[in-house]
Amino acid sequence: MKNSKAYFGMLTALALIFSYVELIIPFHIGIPGVKLGLANLVIVISMYKMKKPQVYLLSITRVILAGFMFGNLFSIIYSLAGSLLSLFVMYMLKGNGKFSILGISMAGGVFHNIGQLIIAIIVLQSLNLIYYASVLLISGVITGIIIGIISSEVIKRIQKICL
Amino acid sequence: MKKNDFKLMVIIIGVAVLLLLWRNLKEDGKGHAIQVEVNGVLRGTYALLQDREIDINGTNHLVIKNGKADVIDARCPDKICVQQKPISKKGESIVCLPNKVIITVVEGEENELDAVVK
Repeated sequence: MKNSKAYFGMLTALALIFSYVELIIPFHIGIPGVKLGLANLVIVISMYKMKKPQVYLLSITRVILAGFMFGNLFSIIYSLAGSLLSLFVMYMLKGNGKFSILGISMAGGVFHNIGQLIIAIIVLQSLNLIYYASVLLISGVITGIIIGIISSEVIKRIQKICL
Repeated sequence: MKKNDFKLMVIIIGVAVLLLLWRNLKEDGKGHAIQVEVNGVLRGTYALLQDREIDINGTNHLVIKNGKADVIDARCPDKICVQQKPISKKGESIVCLPNKVIITVVEGEENELDAVVK
């Protein structure tokens, strides 16, 4: 516990690296807006290892730093909305206790997309974008399951580490 | 995977399929015009029947050809609007988030007169 600051820094760096890795390995399958969300891996794992305020702080720090390094102000706003909404929903499902890490990560992926879509609808003032939600819902389920499987394997292996 | 996870997945995919169905049922008509919006403001309406090229604020290059509208070039890093398919059906749209450009197919007006008899 006394190392929590060091772990926080390390996890932030890890999340940033994942954001970068995702940039240089494009996961393009021809559908705009669909991403793997590797940085979410760090967030999902830390949900099981750290306290709630720390995870929120980690998520916000990650988005802002990654935004300034690889994106622009707009991408920060989009990612912030997506990641905060997804974190909120994931904690809701986790508190509920009826879902495993797979379901939680799946909901996280889906609501990350929904948060961004809501911002896009507000910024562009066009409700037509809601049609795009079907694509984003399904891609969120798929990427969420992938992230969930990896997270549960990682958590199994780092059980001894307590942050 | 727990039972509840599976239920959640089925619900989400169900919603997605419903949205898709709703979209397809609502818009089977062919549109006759496209609307170009920049920053939420309507910039122009163009007929699809007439082939032409439109430059949108110097950021996106729109081409109307054979009744379809397509963005062929854009001045943004990701070029997602260029990758999007040409649009021709009512309600379809091409969106460029960095430049805040939305191109939507609308019903528009058909030629007001089919023929003129004197």
